[in-house]
Amino acid sequence: MMGNPRETILNLALVLLLAAIPLVATGMGEPFYVTLATRMAILALAAVGLNFLLGLGGLVSFGHAAFFGIGGYVAGIAATHAFNAEPLLFGLPGTNQMIVIWLAAVLLCGLAALAIGVISLRTSGVYFIMITLAFAQMIYYFAISWPAYGGEDGLSIYVRNGFPGVNTLNGLHFFYLCFGLLLAALAVFSVLRNSRFGAALEASRQNQQRLAAVGIAPFRVKLVAFAISGMITGLAGALFADLNRFVSPSMLSWHMSGELIVLIILGGTGRLFGPVAGAMVYVLFEFYLGGVTERWQFFLGLILLGVVLFARGGVVGLIAGKARHG
Amino acid sequence: MAEPILDIRNLNKSFGALKATDNVSLDLRPGEIHALIGPNGAGKSTLIHQIAGSLRPGSGTIRFLGRDIGALGVPERTRLGLGRTFQISSLAPDYSALRNVMLAVQARQGTSFRFVKAVMRDRSLRDPALEALERVGLAERAHVSAAELSHGERRQLEIAIALALGSKAFLLDEPMAGMGPEGSKALTTFLDGLRAEAPILLVEHDMDAVFALADRISVLVYGRVIATGTVEEIRHNPDVRQAYLGEEG
Ligand SMILES: Nc1ncnc2c1ncn2[C@@H]1O[C@H](COP(=O)(O)OP(=O)(O)O)[C@@H](O)[C@H]1O
Ligand SMILES: [Mg+2]
Repeated sequence: MMGNPRETILNLALVLLLAAIPLVATGMGEPFYVTLATRMAILALAAVGLNFLLGLGGLVSFGHAAFFGIGGYVAGIAATHAFNAEPLLFGLPGTNQMIVIWLAAVLLCGLAALAIGVISLRTSGVYFIMITLAFAQMIYYFAISWPAYGGEDGLSIYVRNGFPGVNTLNGLHFFYLCFGLLLAALAVFSVLRNSRFGAALEASRQNQQRLAAVGIAPFRVKLVAFAISGMITGLAGALFADLNRFVSPSMLSWHMSGELIVLIILGGTGRLFGPVAGAMVYVLFEFYLGGVTERWQFFLGLILLGVVLFARGGVVGLIAGKARHG
Repeated sequence: MAEPILDIRNLNKSFGALKATDNVSLDLRPGEIHALIGPNGAGKSTLIHQIAGSLRPGSGTIRFLGRDIGALGVPERTRLGLGRTFQISSLAPDYSALRNVMLAVQARQGTSFRFVKAVMRDRSLRDPALEALERVGLAERAHVSAAELSHGERRQLEIAIALALGSKAFLLDEPMAGMGPEGSKALTTFLDGLRAEAPILLVEHDMDAVFALADRISVLVYGRVIATGTVEEIRHNPDVRQAYLGEEG
């Protein structure tokens, strides 16, 4: 169905490019670029989550930092308790096992998304944008005023959490762990998009009246999509905390939510690899322009303006043409 | 007399000071085409919206298959078997005609919360959808996006969707509008056969079609039903001639 050969080639090229950067960097003895590529993969993963909601469902959540941050805090809090050998909840210990942390982050973000979605999905348009922002800001201020876990100063993870059979302290290994999860999330995105649920979700973006008129309640479809979306972004948050070995309220701030939206628009809204292209461009910009001028975000703004005005499909749309829906 | 499939009693709806539906009672019986005619702004679409559930009536009852459906939303009413088309086509514009109908098929099956199997290779969705497209004469245009279909083709697609839903009653809001004489004729023949499958409440301005098809006609003027009867009764009703048909001589 999605038989657009140019898009397939582009997607493949992006995968290979992202996979190759850390290898080349390691070969050249430049570990910093490994970190940069890991940052790209994790932000792309977070944006895959948002792209599911925004790209397929047309729902502009301006509060996805909530899930990114919750995922981050799950990693930080679990690791801190494990490090200090203090029980966490109901006598349960903390953990430094990524698998447990990921499961907890995904589960918690799914629940949080259901709670936020039940309320915010009753609105639409600008109201939806504002109410998702409001929820995320509530969590942000909660984190700031919660001294047990660092409050405003955030929380350090002294030793990066572990994964069986992988030396997560090695930047290259950690990259491939994140990269693997990104590929898995892209596969999930693709399967879901082509499924019956995906059809209902895309139809709810195109025409809710039509969806209801064939007998599918749009609210339930959107709520499930919101939960799936939050779960993927939450997983990225847990990885991001481990990458930086630090989590702070800034992961929950509206800047973060905006960044994810920007990534998607840059890369190509609703396109499978839009978040990947967007994250790569964004992180490169942040790094190179950020090195040249403090005001790099001004130039990013200009580029974004250009994309919105002249290249609505973002990088993927520019190279691979318009999306086809079968 | 057979039990009506759809039974509307004393329905009222106001928009501010405007009574768009004024104490309307009408019914739809098995096997019939009941035409609803009246000048622009008479409240025909408003009535369809209330039956389909996209507008809440101010008061009155709507019974469908013996059940009061007043409290149900649009999706529930569709699942009970009310298939409606919109006066202004309402489709998923990015999707092909085929995918628009496939959406209806999956909705009918109640399988929209399946997350794995790809729809495009799924014959249990494609085959019934293609069949519905074939019935309305749109099979060759199956892979054209709804946005690129002509106005008349979109009207046909709306009907194909209602067919694919397996509707037990059809609410068609001006299905011939903008179709051209050829298309109208073909659709007239099609609807003539369709009534055996499920009764049709037909809002239509094309009087040739209405007189050719209707078992009964109700005339709506300023939100009120001023007459209900057979084609002959309506043709000769003095109130109707004055209020409505008179305009056309
Ligand atoms: N949502 C609405 N709000 C206010 N007035 C409306 C609304 N919908 C319809 N109307 C008015 O109700 C009357 C009936 O409209 P409608 O049902 O569309 O007529 P018809 O389909 O018979 O041409 C018109 O005067 C129209 O302007
Ligand atoms: Mg109308």
